[in-house]
Amino acid sequence: MIKHEHLSLKYMRREVLPTAFCPGCYNGIVMNALFQAFEELGIYDLRKYVFVSGIGCSSWIPSPYIKADSLHTLHGRAIPVATGVKLANPELEVIVIGGDGDLASIGGNHLLHAARRNMDLVVIMINNLVYGMTRGQAAPTTPKGMVTPTTPYGNPEEPMDVARLIANTNANYVARWCVSQYLFLKNSFKKVLGEIKRGFRFIEVYAPCTTFVIRRENKTPGQKLKELMNTCIGYEKWEKLPAEERTKHIPTGVFREEDKPGFLDNYKQLIARLKR
Amino acid sequence: MKRMFLSGNEAVAYGAIDAGCRFYAGYPITPSSEIMHMMAKLLPEAGGVFIQAEDELAAINMIIGASWAGLKSMAATSGPGFSLMQEGIGYAVMTETPLVIVDVMRAGPATGQATKAAQGDLMQTRWGRHGDQYLVVLAPESPQEAYDLIIEAFNISESLRTPVVFLMDEFIGHGREVVFRKEPGEIKLVERRRSSDHEPLFGSDDPRIPPPMPRLGEGYYVLVTGSTHNEYGYRDVHSFETHYKLVRRLKEKIWGNIDKVFKYEVIGDPGRAEKAIVCFGSTCRSAKEAVMGLDNVLLIRLITLWPLNYDLLRELLSNVRLVVVPELSLGQLIYDVQQVIDSGIKVVGVNKVGGGVPIYPSEIKKALEV
Ligand SMILES: Cc1ncc(C[n+]2csc(CCOP(=O)(O)OP(=O)(O)O)c2C)c(N)n1
Ligand code: SF4
Ligand SMILES: [Mg+2]
Repeated sequence: MIKHEHLSLKYMRREVLPTAFCPGCYNGIVMNALFQAFEELGIYDLRKYVFVSGIGCSSWIPSPYIKADSLHTLHGRAIPVATGVKLANPELEVIVIGGDGDLASIGGNHLLHAARRNMDLVVIMINNLVYGMTRGQAAPTTPKGMVTPTTPYGNPEEPMDVARLIANTNANYVARWCVSQYLFLKNSFKKVLGEIKRGFRFIEVYAPCTTFVIRRENKTPGQKLKELMNTCIGYEKWEKLPAEERTKHIPTGVFREEDKPGFLDNYKQLIARLKR
Repeated sequence: MKRMFLSGNEAVAYGAIDAGCRFYAGYPITPSSEIMHMMAKLLPEAGGVFIQAEDELAAINMIIGASWAGLKSMAATSGPGFSLMQEGIGYAVMTETPLVIVDVMRAGPATGQATKAAQGDLMQTRWGRHGDQYLVVLAPESPQEAYDLIIEAFNISESLRTPVVFLMDEFIGHGREVVFRKEPGEIKLVERRRSSDHEPLFGSDDPRIPPPMPRLGEGYYVLVTGSTHNEYGYRDVHSFETHYKLVRRLKEKIWGNIDKVFKYEVIGDPGRAEKAIVCFGSTCRSAKEAVMGLDNVLLIRLITLWPLNYDLLRELLSNVRLVVVPELSLGQLIYDVQQVIDSGIKVVGVNKVGGGVPIYPSEIKKALEV
């Protein structure tokens, strides 16, 4: 009998498996989509890829699970570290993977400015609606009214729509997909890894935390996934919904797509001007 | 050798370029901004990268990334920015990332007096971060020394795989003097030990010898983490052994190399002196003037502020009956002196800070008359 190996394994450090993620955590779906994108692009070895992450469950995806160089940095600081790596060696492909808390709260300023600079980075933000690692406290993405340990009477704040915020900057590519939209997600990864290879490329993955969101709703990850198939709709469709319907749905899709010069192209131009 | 007329800040920039620094990230702050202005000009010409960060949190983390990608990297700031960089500096200590961070001190706390000299950041360069962590702190007394010593700062950071803090104050940063800039051939440069096949990247048998450091992208599948890790970089956030071994090694890496990194200047004869002055940075200029013609006073100028050679300081001060410690703060270095002398010996601080007022030689002289 021929034993078939899961395609993801060749991109992972086998010696650290199984992962520390909770059973049913959607981080696995994101990893599979990313690895499948690599495989379909014919990229089998990640030695020229550098993964940079901050602190949180999602930040553990590259460190230690992905077999590539990885920098597991401070909480919120993945984007500046990634910026330093990319500018110091433009030959490297630098990918940031982090949580909604890491990238949009404590590191929110860096996200905004890297997007403004159209910095040559791929940033994958896993929006699980909470601070998973620290046991499910509210994040800037937590829906209004949701009960968490820091919002015991319901979240009084409005959430932040990170993808649509970044779509209003100078970024080359901005998309959001739910984990239930696996093929779209994988194709977005292929797009930013194989086609648009410069500038700031931001992909938000809507992936509610199994332990601190889905379980609190008394659902299984499987049930939630089915539910998400109806919750997540294309943003053109979402925009036509009445206001009270909008809050019940997640607008997804590609919000921005361009291939204009990134920070590095502009910097190289500056150097070329100096030499003349 | 080229004769120039430079401020301390300008001298730092030229020195950094001559030391091989090819990456700078910073955020403007008085009185350090001229370093940033100079790097913005010099680096693109030298084939390096300059970036204005959105804040100091970004700046310190950008230079960490650049250092791992293989470039000698620097950031300059002043007290408020240095406070923001602390978490990142701790990360650099934990991950053994070579960096140079310049702090041109101004009067604090908080925004304090932005344009006025002070020396109140000494303790925060040593102890401002959480956890057990050690690095090297150097302090020049003149633009010429700023030039020479920043090159040394890069050499130390490369050879020990550690962040080095370069502590100046506004008087030196903005003070202008003749500086001799060296030609490339006249400078001894140290580069970090690159990779080797099976040597672990985060451990060594002899803690005084730092592990090798590859560039990212060389196929080592480097695992860098600020969490507790074993010698191969794998996170271990549970075991006592891994954590204790790591922090002990990182401490020994700095303190075990004290002979290599501890620099100081002595004026006078420790055997004959009855009194002493201990100082660092710009206050030593006044102290030097104060001791002119006095043959019973020993002047000890600390160039390396951390790790501090307490044994040597104790020995040098063993015969005196009075020690004067002039500081542009309410007194921080004085604790080091109190630690090494017998209780019968008098230690007097000359403390002044704010308004851009220096400590005058006459004030130090007066303190010596006690
Ligand atoms: C400066 C700092 N503040 C707080 C923490 C504690 N902390 C660790 S992970 C985390 C939140 C992570 O949330 P998110 O980025 O959304 O990642 P997730 O675990 O949800 O994937 C916090 C607050 C920390 N490590 N550092
Ligand atoms: S806490 Fe949530 S995000 Fe973290 S591993 Fe568990 S399910 Fe995944
Ligand atoms: Mg989260």
